Amino acid sequence: MINAGIVTVSYIIATILFILALGGLSNQETARRGNWYGIIGMAIALIATILGVVTAQYTILLVALLIGGSIGLFAASRVQMTQMPELVAILHSLVGVAAVAVGYVNFMDPTEQLTGVELTIHDIETYLGILIGAVTFSGSVIAFGKLSGRITGNPLILPARHWLNLGLLIAAIWFGREFVLQSHAGGGMEPLIIMTVVALLFGIHMVMAIGGADMPVVVSMLNSYSGWAASATGFMLGNDLLIVTGALVGSSGAILSYIMCRAMNRRFLAVIAGGFGTGGGAVAKSGGEDQGEVVPIDPLETAELLSNAKEVMIIPGYGMAVAQAQHTVFEITRTLREKGVNVRFGIHPVAGRMPGHMNVLLAEAKVPYDIVYEMDEINEDFPDVDVSVVIGANDIVNPSALTDPDSPIAGMPVLECWKGEVSIVLKRSMATGYAGVQNPLFFLDNTRMLFGDAKATLDEVLKNI
Amino acid sequence: MRIGVPKEIYEGECRVATTPDVVTQLTKLGFDVAVESGAGEKSSYSDEAYREAGCEVIDTTGDLWSKSDIVLKVRAPEGDEAARLRSDQTLISFLWPAQNPELLKQLTETGGTVMAMDSVPRISRAQKVDALSSMANIAGYRAVVEAAQHFGRFFTGQITAAGKVPPAKVLVIGAGVAGLAAIGAAKSMGAIVRSFDTRPEVKEQVESMDAEFLMLDFEDDEDGAGEGGYAKVMSEEFIRAEMELFAEQARDVDIIITTALIPGKPAPKLITAETARSMKDGSVIVDLAAEQGGNCELTVPGEIAHDSGVTIIGYTDLPSRLAAQSSQLYATNLRHLLTDLTPEKDGNIVVDMEDEVIRGTTVCKDGETTWPPPAPKLSAAPPKAAPAPAPVVKEEKPRSFVGPAIGMAVAGIALLGLGAVAPASFMAHFTVFVLACFVGYMVIWNVTAALHTPLMSVTNAISSIIVIGALMQISSTNSLTMWIAAVTVGITSINIAGGFAVTRRMLEMFRK
Repeated sequence: MINAGIVTVSYIIATILFILALGGLSNQETARRGNWYGIIGMAIALIATILGVVTAQYTILLVALLIGGSIGLFAASRVQMTQMPELVAILHSLVGVAAVAVGYVNFMDPTEQLTGVELTIHDIETYLGILIGAVTFSGSVIAFGKLSGRITGNPLILPARHWLNLGLLIAAIWFGREFVLQSHAGGGMEPLIIMTVVALLFGIHMVMAIGGADMPVVVSMLNSYSGWAASATGFMLGNDLLIVTGALVGSSGAILSYIMCRAMNRRFLAVIAGGFGTGGGAVAKSGGEDQGEVVPIDPLETAELLSNAKEVMIIPGYGMAVAQAQHTVFEITRTLREKGVNVRFGIHPVAGRMPGHMNVLLAEAKVPYDIVYEMDEINEDFPDVDVSVVIGANDIVNPSALTDPDSPIAGMPVLECWKGEVSIVLKRSMATGYAGVQNPLFFLDNTRMLFGDAKATLDEVLKNI
Repeated sequence: MRIGVPKEIYEGECRVATTPDVVTQLTKLGFDVAVESGAGEKSSYSDEAYREAGCEVIDTTGDLWSKSDIVLKVRAPEGDEAARLRSDQTLISFLWPAQNPELLKQLTETGGTVMAMDSVPRISRAQKVDALSSMANIAGYRAVVEAAQHFGRFFTGQITAAGKVPPAKVLVIGAGVAGLAAIGAAKSMGAIVRSFDTRPEVKEQVESMDAEFLMLDFEDDEDGAGEGGYAKVMSEEFIRAEMELFAEQARDVDIIITTALIPGKPAPKLITAETARSMKDGSVIVDLAAEQGGNCELTVPGEIAHDSGVTIIGYTDLPSRLAAQSSQLYATNLRHLLTDLTPEKDGNIVVDMEDEVIRGTTVCKDGETTWPPPAPKLSAAPPKAAPAPAPVVKEEKPRSFVGPAIGMAVAGIALLGLGAVAPASFMAHFTVFVLACFVGYMVIWNVTAALHTPLMSVTNAISSIIVIGALMQISSTNSLTMWIAAVTVGITSINIAGGFAVTRRMLEMFRK
């Protein structure tokens, strides 16, 4: 109905809107507008494609759009904020499936006949699109399972797993070569299917080997993959909009992965290779030392400490999400702020299971975002803090990251709450954190341990403030 | 087991060894608690309040002692109290075994267990039991209040219509617990506070309270920190230099609060009669060491002396003068000790002589004197031992240029190779791709960390632009292709709608 030029212009507009959407997220004020840019961009791209490219099957198309759209809207409106990581993971898997499907269809039903180098390049593009899509799909499904507790969060360490990964990679390359050769001869379906299976296995194995607290890296990495899958599909279809959008998403996910890895002071490859904290001697050494005694505290005394403080810093971790304690935390924050206590939040980049997880939970509980700070913004302020409340966090407040060069988490930046007057640590038991490292913070003179379920104890604290 | 709290019989003693609040908590540990009628009267805790807290009130002292398994007191037992102790009883109170060897002997002979709150070892774990610190804190505060009572001026400086008032200058000698409490109290009343201590490591603590730490111009680097965080006796030259400093300061300051004590020794005479008399008229000296003879030569223990216009306060019962507060803190210290003594929380105490705190506190048990205890292993403030572990220095290996150079060379050759064989149309797309990666790189770094989750959901939504691929295929005449494409459209539209909607929902929640 509309000509190719208009479609292209619409794509350019959509591209710009997508870039603006990502740019809008630079702060909370412009973020909502940014999201609208994204929606408008997507709408323009869809409409232009439907009007300019699609020539038949409008009914099926619209029905599919409607069904999918309603499922999406329904899921989005029902999801709990604590389940965001799961939702994001499963949505990633859908992009993966789409990339695989589009790749296969394109291979089975090519729109243009290519020969020579062009065919080779096109085949490689198809192959890469399906490969990345399949890895994204199976990896995301496993990540979803781990995040939602359907699969155990412990890393699954197969013997010789690095060799297994290497073997799968070599297999993928080998079948890629086979595929290109056979494709020139008119075939190629077989290696393509084998490769898809290999890629699916690779995705499963990769995510299975990664433990719970490394999930932020995995989720952002899968985010990145879903972008690269879209980009590869764009190459395959010769569509610049897909290429650009995929590249934007891919680099976004890659940067997030990088930020997460830096926040844990770990190499990306080490995270992906999996099996953290199982490496050997250092862990046993730290665990074996007699660390001394902890000083417990009860909710009543906690309430008193909080009411009498001037500066309070709250450090939430995954435990807060598990206990669903964010609303109580907000109530406590509000009560204390009404009393003139300056309550702030310190967020470690890898707190939770997804980049920015804690921020979303706190926002859900209506904590104003201008009292929620990043680690780098507030780490200097701890000497002035009267009471730090650590809720369900462990490794991100472990002083041995800075003091013990042998610690598995040595060099990881941590929130230095022990520099304040008193730290209250909410914990269910004295178990070690994800990294399997004992936390000397618990044994410091100025640390008080508040044992119990975070939600129940905080409710008790709130009553007594 | 039943805890009994008798009325203090020492003259002028207003404190009591437990308070209604603490009774409630002791009951939770499984104890029955009884108090003697009128025990808390002078510290404003009525018999009625004790009853409400679930405490039995017993009328006579004799009854109370005979019915109790554990007796809590403030002052050391005197008169017939020591004789009341039975071999199956435990007595916990201040005792000062070093100063009262006779009493210790008498108590040992009864065969009962006696724990002295003044013998709690000075280790970190025992801080919650450390009644000396609690009392010293109160004494320091009260010292400032007493000084203010006898000082005829404001502490704080003011500029009023009737003229300018200079702030009072306060010198605190000895920056232990009492000294620091005095610094805090005087500072919060607005005075200019200076402090001196022989232990240089307290300089930081003094300065953290916004007071000035006086340095002694002394050549030898003499450190006054003795065992257990207390001060020790200094050399003669040091003391002379110190006295000169005080003499000089005395002419300038309005109030001197002295808290210098050395364990087991008479208090050092730091303020000579001459120095005291050189102070301005109306000045006040509060001598917290009066009980051990006083830091000032003019101090009369337990009384207020006046000499040449200077008031010298030598009260020895400052904590008792803040009875409600000191009873509460002392009772809490006792409760912490009892908590340690009842590991099962069943109201039965276990005197575990392996436990360093309990061992140090117990002065006699089963007819044997167990005082003094073996020296504590740890000093509260290890003066020079164990320098703090060096912070982990991030390994900054000199970055080798070889790795990146090889990488770049390989990438460059690969790109050139690609350029050499790839058709123009591919290179056009490739240009777009590389540029888009850079745009993404620039844009994403500006995203605030707080919005990383919305970023992921929105990028997820826009990555479903892959729907365009499916839309291109849906018009195919091949029905298999068409149906796969239709399903793909459906799947991706879940993603589009879901991704944008959940992003919107999240962003709506971010409110100032």
